[in-house]
Amino acid sequence: MATVKTTLNRRSFLKASALAGGGLMLGFNWLAGCQTDPTPAPLTLPEDWFEINAFVKIGDNGVVTIMSPNPEFGQNVKTSMPMIVAEELDVDWQRVIVEQAPFNPAIYTRQFTGGSQGIRQGWTGLRMAGAAARHMLRQAAARAWQVPLEEVTTHAGVLHHAASGRSAGYGEMASAAATMPVPEEVELKDVADFTIIGTSRKNVEARKIVTGQPLYAMDQYREGMLVAMVVHPGRFGMRLKSVDDTAARAMPGIRDVFPIQTFADGYERNYFDTNTFPELVAIVGDTTWQVMNARKALRIEWEPIEDTEIRVAGFGGTQTVRIPAGLESTPDHAARMAEQAARPGRVVRRDGNPEAAFRRAARVIERTYTAPFLAHNCMEPINCIAHVTADRAELAGPIQAPEFIERTLAARLGLPPERIDIQMTRMGGGFGRRAYGHYLVEAALISQRMNAPVKLIYTREDDMTFGVYRPAYHATYRAALDEAGRLIAFHVKAGGIPESPLHANRFPAGAVDHYLAEEWALDSNITIGAFRAPRSNFIGGVEQAFLDEVAEAAGKDPIAFRLELLERARTRPVGERNDYDPVRFAGVLERVRDASGWGTDDPPGVHRGVAAYFCHNSYAAHVLDLVIEDGTPVITRVCSAIDCGIVVNPDAATNMVEGAVVDGIGNALYGAMTFTDGLPDHRNFDTYRMIRHAEAPKAIDVHFVESDVAPTGLGEPPFPPVFAALANALYRATGTRLYEQPFAPHLEAFVQQTTG
Amino acid sequence: MARFQLTVNGRDVEVDVDPGTPVLWVLRDHLQLVGTKYGCGIARCGACTIHLNGVAVRSCVLPVSSVGEQAITTIEGLSADGTHPLQQAWLEHDVPQCGYCQAGQIMSAAALLARNPSPSDEEIDAAMNGNLCRCGTYLRIRAAIRTAAARG
Ligand code: FES
Ligand code: FES
Repeated sequence: MATVKTTLNRRSFLKASALAGGGLMLGFNWLAGCQTDPTPAPLTLPEDWFEINAFVKIGDNGVVTIMSPNPEFGQNVKTSMPMIVAEELDVDWQRVIVEQAPFNPAIYTRQFTGGSQGIRQGWTGLRMAGAAARHMLRQAAARAWQVPLEEVTTHAGVLHHAASGRSAGYGEMASAAATMPVPEEVELKDVADFTIIGTSRKNVEARKIVTGQPLYAMDQYREGMLVAMVVHPGRFGMRLKSVDDTAARAMPGIRDVFPIQTFADGYERNYFDTNTFPELVAIVGDTTWQVMNARKALRIEWEPIEDTEIRVAGFGGTQTVRIPAGLESTPDHAARMAEQAARPGRVVRRDGNPEAAFRRAARVIERTYTAPFLAHNCMEPINCIAHVTADRAELAGPIQAPEFIERTLAARLGLPPERIDIQMTRMGGGFGRRAYGHYLVEAALISQRMNAPVKLIYTREDDMTFGVYRPAYHATYRAALDEAGRLIAFHVKAGGIPESPLHANRFPAGAVDHYLAEEWALDSNITIGAFRAPRSNFIGGVEQAFLDEVAEAAGKDPIAFRLELLERARTRPVGERNDYDPVRFAGVLERVRDASGWGTDDPPGVHRGVAAYFCHNSYAAHVLDLVIEDGTPVITRVCSAIDCGIVVNPDAATNMVEGAVVDGIGNALYGAMTFTDGLPDHRNFDTYRMIRHAEAPKAIDVHFVESDVAPTGLGEPPFPPVFAALANALYRATGTRLYEQPFAPHLEAFVQQTTG
Repeated sequence: MARFQLTVNGRDVEVDVDPGTPVLWVLRDHLQLVGTKYGCGIARCGACTIHLNGVAVRSCVLPVSSVGEQAITTIEGLSADGTHPLQQAWLEHDVPQCGYCQAGQIMSAAALLARNPSPSDEEIDAAMNGNLCRCGTYLRIRAAIRTAAARG
């Protein structure tokens, strides 16, 4: 047990009083609590709820409501964050109801889904919230029973006093607990005493999902609500010139057509204000289908943009971003990247004397890797409900970064933030895309103009062609080996459109005496945004594919080769800024080696590839097995080892790793957004190829390294190394290394060779 | 606009809509049955899968005028209380991540099991290949279908 000072914002405890009739406030269709039984008996609702703090409400019958602070997009925080509170509160999980907390960062601090940081940064605060509530319940019992606080214990929602044999459910003490002073310090459990954290608990919304209950913003309706769509230029590099809406307005159900401008003139954008097309044509009508049809009748003229510069307030101060005019095409991108890569880059890290080491090398291996833009393609297309009146704005939408868009909304609508209410609906996927909340502003402007609630819906085509893509990347690696096959120098030069993917202080930096990392970036008018494990999603994969080739050249087993380097980084690290822990890194490699039977128990006829990576504070390694059936690769098994510290909800965490593996394979094989004269070449799933059932691995085994280290991220870290595990296995199967993503078009050539 | 009599989840309903309106939008915008999802609008993702006389169809490309007397079943009507063997198996395997595709997945799987109570893995893949899951829950979907099939 550890005693910690409560650092929860005082406002978390502002109002500790009874909420009469709270049951009605919930409005749940399924009051089944968090029961794992598929057909649970509904929980009986209490007569009164008592708010102990902002995270915990306890009913007079002992039913507990726990608020989940962060936006949910499938990473299952809506279950795992309340589990952390419940652990320290010491309640029976079966009697817990989870609610989405309102957006209020003054109380709930970081309400942001991104960077695999939710559990990591929420960990201590959530534990404190549960522990503080438990403390107040114990205080109430101590007072009621006239016994010393230290003698009051708890177990699964019941307070006990051993000496006198007294006990009471939390519900009986809830009203008194709500009036207790907020503790200055609380005791947190020892990891060994956890009974909820580390045990698999079902997704608290699964029942609603499988029965089709309304959960997403897309599913919401409001009295008098209109449906809106926005039309953006078909091509990057173009903007709105004029609209002829005569025909569209005459179509049934159409209420209005008007241009909107999502930023006021002179507005300084924040980091998440990426907005490819700030001038749009809005079309508003009664029903979705009417608007979908009528928009086709709009006659819109577009004109080329000029070179522009915008000011963006970023994490490192305000920057000027140049947006070049012109209609860009993928072949031009490739040529520009190759040309830029041939020039010196900006040196980000340099250890030893790499030039000299390369000169004296017995062997130099140089390889260049590329990857295209990727669209996020969340299953739920972009949408948002907005109701803006003269003095208020209500938004309900799928949003990963509400705090940032609230500021944008406040500036654009001229309303103070406290008059803007953002409801974070369950998101049908996010993957980074929904950190960029321009659609909240669009919906709000349309509602303001229409003086009515509106639901803004992007069609799939709108969603896929609006930009905010994963950038296109390019990396050239060089490795120098000495006579004995030892890696003596390593050089990476990486760049992209329009950002570099480089992480200069990441493995194998620190494990090689002579190391050079350079980067570059090229301007574009095609916008980009965070995409599951930004930058790592490219550089992790290609670095691990390159190391596989270097290991082969050195005549070493790829796992043994990496372990040797990690041992070097542990015992005699080069440089001081290495961002990984070589022991934990080696730990996942050893775990995946043993769990997969690498080298000792290789399945016959199966081609295996291995890769490991560190990002977002966690470590992941995969061994991917594939066979060639009728000339087509079939992934039979993926074995994954993960070190993300304490695993809060193991089965849900496993699900997330499985998803990352499938996502990695899908994007490595098929993912690509290309352009012709500014026009995205793919608009929907007919030509943008996504991984499907039959292409998914037949089995994925996930192993977590046992740990009592505070939890770190999981949504992103398993993703980047999948690209390399696949590339390395494909090499073993085909004898050909693939340097250009996506891989499937290259495999088709291989398949034709082997079958033709 | 025209009037259409439909049977949805065993209930008779009447809607007054353009005859070309896809059933997806009739369900969502006119009948407030929002379990059926919009994902692509071109029959390439399966999010909008419903049953027409027990057969899985993509409602985003099914004009309301073509339904006639055929019975429509949506995820809300698959079982009265969420106890269809597939819904139960989905909970046991804790399949969903974001959940957005799952109603369509379950409807495709239910139509499969109705015509083929013990499908092979290849038959499962073939029947389910039109249903995208961006979150990558394919393995759990497969496992849940096997579980439900094994129970018969
Ligand atoms: S919305 Fe109908 S198949 Fe995608
Ligand atoms: S669970 Fe998210 S798309 Fe399938």
